[in-house]
Amino acid sequence: MKQSSQSHSLLIHGGRVIDPAAKVDALMDVLVRDGQVAEVALPNKIRAGADEKLDARGLIVAPGFIDLHVHLREPGQGYKETIASGTAAAAAGGFTSVCCMPNTTPVLDSPEWVTWLRQPQRGAIVNVFPIAAATQAGKGAVLTDFRALQRTGAVAVSDDGKPILSETTMREAMRASAEINFPVVQHAEDTRLTQGCSMNESPTSFRLGLRGMTDLAEAAIVDRDVQLAQQFNGARLHVAHVSTAEALKAVRRGKHNRARVTCEVTPHHFTLTDADVRDYDTNFKMNPPLRSASDREAMLAALADGTVDAIATDHAPHAPHEKIIEFERAMFGITGLETALGLAITVLHLRQKISLARIVELFTAGPARVVDLRGRGTLMRGSHGDLTIFDPKKRWTFDASKSKSKSHNTPFDGWALTGKVVATVVGGRVVYRTG
Amino acid sequence: MPSAGRQVASRGSARGSLLGIEGVSTAEIAKLLQLARKMNPQRPRPLLRGKRVLLLFYEASTRTRVSFEIAAKALGATTTLVLSSGSSIEKGESLLDTAYTLRAVGADLMVVRHPNAGAPHLMAAHVDIPVINAGDGMHEHPTQALLDAYTILRHKRKLEGLQVAIIGDIYHSRVARSAIHLLSKFGAKVVLCGPQELLPELATTLAPGLRITRSCEDAVRGADVVMVLRVQRERLAGLKVNLQDYISRYQMTMTRLRLAKNDALLMHPGPIIRGLELTWDVADCPQSAIVEEVRNGVPVRMAVLARALGKAK
Ligand SMILES: [Zn+2]
Repeated sequence: MKQSSQSHSLLIHGGRVIDPAAKVDALMDVLVRDGQVAEVALPNKIRAGADEKLDARGLIVAPGFIDLHVHLREPGQGYKETIASGTAAAAAGGFTSVCCMPNTTPVLDSPEWVTWLRQPQRGAIVNVFPIAAATQAGKGAVLTDFRALQRTGAVAVSDDGKPILSETTMREAMRASAEINFPVVQHAEDTRLTQGCSMNESPTSFRLGLRGMTDLAEAAIVDRDVQLAQQFNGARLHVAHVSTAEALKAVRRGKHNRARVTCEVTPHHFTLTDADVRDYDTNFKMNPPLRSASDREAMLAALADGTVDAIATDHAPHAPHEKIIEFERAMFGITGLETALGLAITVLHLRQKISLARIVELFTAGPARVVDLRGRGTLMRGSHGDLTIFDPKKRWTFDASKSKSKSHNTPFDGWALTGKVVATVVGGRVVYRTG
Repeated sequence: MPSAGRQVASRGSARGSLLGIEGVSTAEIAKLLQLARKMNPQRPRPLLRGKRVLLLFYEASTRTRVSFEIAAKALGATTTLVLSSGSSIEKGESLLDTAYTLRAVGADLMVVRHPNAGAPHLMAAHVDIPVINAGDGMHEHPTQALLDAYTILRHKRKLEGLQVAIIGDIYHSRVARSAIHLLSKFGAKVVLCGPQELLPELATTLAPGLRITRSCEDAVRGADVVMVLRVQRERLAGLKVNLQDYISRYQMTMTRLRLAKNDALLMHPGPIIRGLELTWDVADCPQSAIVEEVRNGVPVRMAVLARALGKAK
């Protein structure tokens, strides 16, 4: 997103500002001028005039939400999603920045494609930060040029959709990561153990006659990667969509040993379990799969206690012909941008009693730290003017058919949720507002 | 949180579908078995005259396909067989498009066998005619369980309290899953037996009261019914099973079968592989109901088809 060169100011007044990075949780007014946070002050203390005012009484004013894990599907898979439609869905979900995954067609493995992705013609309405492929064509063998990718604007590398399976390749990736202080995002799955599997190994998979993935397929890779990360001082490992208690243990071990290990959890993994996969509904098929109730409990505990750094959606749009087919043949993945906040508040805040401040942290300061988004994830003076304004008490029903995403493959259609985005502000401009 | 009514109706929007034994009540099963007893393939009843039954087979099958075909014809229906090879399916047509096409040409009922679990459920959720599951992947094979129950009940007074040993490749078996559901619903005591790779501990979660044993002798001892399953080599997917070891530990031999009750019934859904999961003499022994099972498949499927099209009298 290029900021407008024209001078413009926006005053958001009367709201409760929650900015965990600045340790602020109070009624405050926020003035954004020329795309930057100009002032955060007690109510009615901001003297400067504003071109535009936003009444936030009764609402939470947070730094703009950051989603570390989004599949925008461009280049090459525009029938599932485009950068324009995906970022519109992001804005509707309160996300002002999204990191997009490189498993596109072709795979986003070169500086040229990173540049292409960031061009204004792509029609993004929120900030897009590319995560480039970690290996050439995402084949897991030869590393990409991390330094060149970083220089053109990639914020991390990953072969997401697949793991970097080879230990040799992963070791090289950790070495390169340490050299240039660049995060490597791992989709942790030992695919040698998950061939032909379409859900978690569980009573449900046995009952449905579906081959089940063992939780060890995730833990084995996380465990290995954490050890590799510890071999190179400064290497940065980010574990995508952690879904098992065992993998979390490995993350905790790494953090305890002062390795630079971070991780994210998706809303579907903290909300649903494998027992929810009923009647072969492919909107409950994603990878990693929905796990056991005890795995979900472990996610909830880790979200509360600080082990988890970010909530990330793994928004994975697919067309009907890829989803309304036999369960075992259907593609993995569900959409998630527009339901993330509602699920976080409904499940984490109302049921699990996790504070709103912690939830905001998981959507802002946490992810900003994972990929070094300087001046984002906070409302400190001089930060980018990205804000998410939401009503934590608003009850609403999600209607997938009204989604801004091109695809509607969500298990949450028709769900009654509490907590809704009211306005999304990117660079001082309102890009989404509830009607 | 999920509000009712918005969920996709995937339980089979068409009345009369039979997708699995799991969701069928004991009363309904009893009614079907009772109806089957009135069906006689030798004396056709034109209950389904003018009806078109489509047999959609995405997997090779001899007995189930022929059995459904004869059952449908005995009820006066016309049958059309569609095989995945040599049809538009081979050219990449989706399951649902095939289903819509067959519906459009006038099918009144579809019988489907498919290598993927849940394929019949997908069809039933999208077409307005009954869908009968003739075996879906590793999931269920409901008419096989019904004909097995029918067969058992020709020799035993009731299912309740019977000790049933199911031996072999249970993990890959849709026959086993359907049989376990049915027998457990009626209060039979089911013992599962097989090696770890073909019988994971998870299997006990399928129904209440299931027991696993790794000893064939233990499973067979005192049994009223011994059901032997084939090792499904086509579904092993890289799994290594040492067949010599399997034979020595789990093959049904006369010596092992003699541990069962004197009047025990020996069953096998077929196709049998003599010399692997059972010996030659076991297959042909007086207690063997293997041929009878095949014969009983026809009246049972007549009952299922008649009920599906609302002609059960
Ligand atoms: Zn992934």
